[in-house]
Amino acid sequence: MIEIKGLTKQFGKKPVVEDVTVTIEPGTITSFIGPNGAGKSTLLSMVSRLLEADTGEVLLDKNNVKKWKSSEFAKRVSILKQANFINVRLTVRELISFGRYPYSKGRLTAEDEKFVDQALDYMNLTSMQDKFLDELSGGQKQRAFIAMVIAQDTDYILLDEPLNNLDMKHSVQIMKILRKLVDELGKTVVIVLHDINFASVYSDRIVALKDGKLVKNGPTHEIINRDALRDIYDMDIPIQEQNGCRICVYFNSHA
Amino acid sequence: MRNSTKLIILAGIAIVCILLYGFYDIKGGFDYAFPRRMIRVSAMVVTGIAIAYSTVVFQTITRNRILTPSVMGLDSMYEVVQTLIYFFAGSMSVWVLNKYLNFGAAIFAMVLFALLLYRFLFRADKHPIYLLLLIGMIIGTLLGSLVTFLQVLIDPVEYLSLQNRLFASFTNVKAELLYIAIGILFLAFLYGYRIMGKLDVMSLGRENAINLGINYDRMVMKILVLSSVLIATSTALVGPITFFGLIVANLSYQFLATYKHSTLIFGASLMGIIALVGGQFLVEHIFELRTTLSVIINFIGGIYFIYLLLKESRAAG
Ligand SMILES: Nc1ncnc2c1ncn2[C@@H]1O[C@H](COP(=O)(O)OP(=O)(O)OP(=O)(O)O)[C@@H](O)[C@H]1O
Ligand SMILES: [Mg+2]
Repeated sequence: MIEIKGLTKQFGKKPVVEDVTVTIEPGTITSFIGPNGAGKSTLLSMVSRLLEADTGEVLLDKNNVKKWKSSEFAKRVSILKQANFINVRLTVRELISFGRYPYSKGRLTAEDEKFVDQALDYMNLTSMQDKFLDELSGGQKQRAFIAMVIAQDTDYILLDEPLNNLDMKHSVQIMKILRKLVDELGKTVVIVLHDINFASVYSDRIVALKDGKLVKNGPTHEIINRDALRDIYDMDIPIQEQNGCRICVYFNSHA
Repeated sequence: MRNSTKLIILAGIAIVCILLYGFYDIKGGFDYAFPRRMIRVSAMVVTGIAIAYSTVVFQTITRNRILTPSVMGLDSMYEVVQTLIYFFAGSMSVWVLNKYLNFGAAIFAMVLFALLLYRFLFRADKHPIYLLLLIGMIIGTLLGSLVTFLQVLIDPVEYLSLQNRLFASFTNVKAELLYIAIGILFLAFLYGYRIMGKLDVMSLGRENAINLGINYDRMVMKILVLSSVLIATSTALVGPITFFGLIVANLSYQFLATYKHSTLIFGASLMGIIALVGGQFLVEHIFELRTTLSVIINFIGGIYFIYLLLKESRAAG
């Protein structure tokens, strides 16, 4: 279980994340939503130890994440950042193989290769596994990075806007794979999404941030309604029921 | 061609260079000339490896391929320390007479300097490379002026003794330091063997490295120490050669085109040995000592440096 307790981070004088307390339920997909600059990425960075909190703490299985041994933590929690840039020249397969580093320490075993093959397969990248990253399109590159995190095979997978650059088909495919990881393998996924319809259709819980503060936290059906969304986005969004899914029709709402 | 083949070829050339330097045209008694040549060759091999190794790891943690410890003024720090020692303690002090203490003091100051550089220049990771370069040059000039200023104030006899200490070169190897240098290099390799995989991961950047379980900030500190110790070693042995690390590191990136540090460092070290031993052979037998190897290396390295800068600016613009 990941518990976020009273987490605060300031850049300069401005608090960017302010006293946020959330518990991530194991075996669920939790979507983080909220306007640009709400502090979603900053929060995720603190959970995954990329950034130190000013006050408050993050606990993984009751132990402060700062106390975890780096190499052990990397087998439990992985993160994909919103923007990824690598200045060494790697092939797709080499990148994904790095996801196995916490286990293999650079010497891949047959089992590691199996995880790499599977991640390639999940992300539809098998046919381009020997291409260099700089030869890929934006969406293909994004899929390669997601595959690396999947190969890392952690209990907790944190994804910051993984659907960036992806076409509809691949977006749906990836959300389905995440669902499968949760339902069949018992993983826990925390995902930052801007398209609230993906959040509505695929997540178990939704956490909403606004101006650094937690404004909503609950099961998906409690958050996807007109009042709650108005509080979060300051928009009046009609919601339609479609094959049992709640779809927010925000395209022509008054902002 | 596979990288292992390339490395074997490089190793072959390096061995040929060493043999050539050791045995070619030995005049005036084998027993006299050979050991002397072997001392020089050992010093060059140690230097070639030390600088190649330290430059590649430094560039990995600072995420650039242009700035090197030497370009940032690290080896001027060696002169500063020696001058300060002579200025404040004098040539008869234990700080000069005990070579371990002396060397230790130099290493300590250089490590400190490298940590400060990193803390203020590289950590934030947002300064443009030209600014860093400019700052490096300013620091270098500042240290140089400080050295000159102090040297003017020193007693002339002391000054001669200091000059003698600072005037290391490939023809004037500080042989008494050779054993320490070999020892340090050996330890550096024992340590390096354990961190090659970590270095590969670190080249993906801080955030990816942390995600993959590297204790990034602590590793950076360790590598800065490693890098400074290696530069201190080579500077003490043969004096500063500013652009050497830049050449061998970049040639190695280009020639081997891999992210694997074990391969990159091995390749850069072999190129370092070839450049130094082969170069010194040419200087002694072709140019007949009318020029020095440091001058040639800095001349070629300087041009290569400008080429890399232009390439970088074209890529950025
Ligand atoms: N390194 C930094 N230095 C200063 N301010 C920062 C830094 N990182 C983020 N901020 C500020 O913190 C606030 C929150 O940023 P954050 O990236 O967490 O937002 P976000 O919710 O992920 O937004 P988006 O949806 O656009 O990705 C923003 O106002 C941003 O300007
Ligand atoms: Mg963000």
